Amino acid sequence: MSEVRETKLPGVGVRHEFTNAEGSDLAVIVHHDGRREILAYSSDDPDVCSTLVTLSESDTQTLAEILGVSHVVETVAEIRQDIDDLAIEWVEVPAHSEFSAASIGAGEFRTRTGASIVAILRDHKPVPSPEADFVLEAGDIVVAVGDPNSLSALRSILGQ
Amino acid sequence: MNIEAASLTAVFAAGSAETAAAFIEVGAIVLGLGLLSRVASRLGVTAVPLYLIAGLAFGDGGLVSIDVSEDFVALAAEIGVLLLLFTLGLEYTDEELRNGLRTGIAPGVLDMVLNAGVGLGIGLALGWSFLGALLLAGVTWVSSSGVISKVLADFDRLGNRETPAVLNLLVFEDLAMAVYLPVVAALIIGGTLLETVSSVGVALCVVGLILFVVLRYGVHLSRGLDGGTDESMLLAVFGVVLLVAGGAQLFDVSGAIGAFLVGLALSGPTEERALRLIGPLRDLFAATFFLFFSFQINPADLVDIAGWAVLLALLSAAAKVATGWFAAGRRGVSSRGRARAGTVLIAHGEFSIVIAALGAGIDEGTELGALAAAYVLLTAIFGPLAARFSDQIVARVSSTGRLKSQPRTPV
Repeated sequence: MSEVRETKLPGVGVRHEFTNAEGSDLAVIVHHDGRREILAYSSDDPDVCSTLVTLSESDTQTLAEILGVSHVVETVAEIRQDIDDLAIEWVEVPAHSEFSAASIGAGEFRTRTGASIVAILRDHKPVPSPEADFVLEAGDIVVAVGDPNSLSALRSILGQ
Repeated sequence: MNIEAASLTAVFAAGSAETAAAFIEVGAIVLGLGLLSRVASRLGVTAVPLYLIAGLAFGDGGLVSIDVSEDFVALAAEIGVLLLLFTLGLEYTDEELRNGLRTGIAPGVLDMVLNAGVGLGIGLALGWSFLGALLLAGVTWVSSSGVISKVLADFDRLGNRETPAVLNLLVFEDLAMAVYLPVVAALIIGGTLLETVSSVGVALCVVGLILFVVLRYGVHLSRGLDGGTDESMLLAVFGVVLLVAGGAQLFDVSGAIGAFLVGLALSGPTEERALRLIGPLRDLFAATFFLFFSFQINPADLVDIAGWAVLLALLSAAAKVATGWFAAGRRGVSSRGRARAGTVLIAHGEFSIVIAALGAGIDEGTELGALAAAYVLLTAIFGPLAARFSDQIVARVSSTGRLKSQPRTPV
């Protein structure tokens, strides 16, 4: 997943922005009233963008369904904004990670970092509340909850 | 009770000639405003300048003047100010306000120094008292968030990279007004130096306290007002706004500020719902306010002050462009985007008129009103035009710049 940059637009909503595989910048504005706009930045002037489509809240769900995105992710993202100092992070296990074939129990992640692993996404399928004997593989996405310090500790020991 | 009974009888018994005349006047006014608003949306501009022009044409010294319904229109205009400031306060969530305070200080202060400076300077150059100049400073300081958000949406610029800089400036101005308005309101009441200093102090303490409570505990007020049917919420919100405004007025803090703070206090879903419900009511009363404001301006005064108004508009446009240029530059935006941010800020509107109306009673009140009306007319019409053609202007300027430098850099 590419890095998503988030900018607040006071009185309007939030703009999420990322660079796609072809190198163009795309953005989604989530309005306070639930409307979504999908925008593309102009190659001529990188600060300008134009609206491609405007979606109502239910259109968004339809589109998400077609694109195969889980709604869980969005709900979690909303919770994440509500609570200060408690964050949820998606950390990918890189191929070179020393834990790429280790079980969660063996990694002792919670003891070492303070962050709890609450789910694993493997091939885009969620495995909620994985047991301690769940064996991580390279490419797994670890969903962890904790304060910002413990999450960054988790990222670094996973080899990110 | 007696009054209600009397007016009801009047309605049912086909009423006195006076009631009929009042209905006709109010009806004609509101219908006229409706037509103007339609014209404005056809032209793609906000209706505020048109309301002002209509008020000039039909008010004191204009073509027609109203008499029977003047009291009613005056009260409706007062309510219009309250609802206008209430919805201006509603515009941002408490989180956005906190963020605005944290991140927007440098551009916000530059905005104040440059733009309030222009108003203050021109006010003093006109030979006005310090208070008059201070009010003019407020008129030139605050951009119109109404016009600007419309321009940004219409020109499809919400996603542009300079836009957060513009919006953050508007948030900062909104917050700054929460301090500025009570201070000038206290200064207008005046009295001896000691009385003035103490009333300014009291006003600031009250507002500071309310603002603190609002940012901390606004959630509870929101929860209390939310729930129930649309009807019950509309009545509750309207009631709270009037009550708080009246209460503030009792303590010599302007009622408009009370309404503004109630708006700031509401957040989350309550905020959106309140905006949706109060919106139509605000449109009705605020239109009356703009009209009533310019009713009281004599077109002859406007002609006298026209030169100053043009000067004021030009200087403040330059100051706003500089502010936007700086604010967008901090976000790494290129020169075209920086120019867009600057030009979009030129438009002034509702806040400027509210500030001028606040000072109607001071010595320079009449001139201030005329100057503010002319100034808002100019900036609300030419500001969006400048914003529209900003890219072309920058392209023109930079291409002539290149032409000049060509001889020195042979290819």
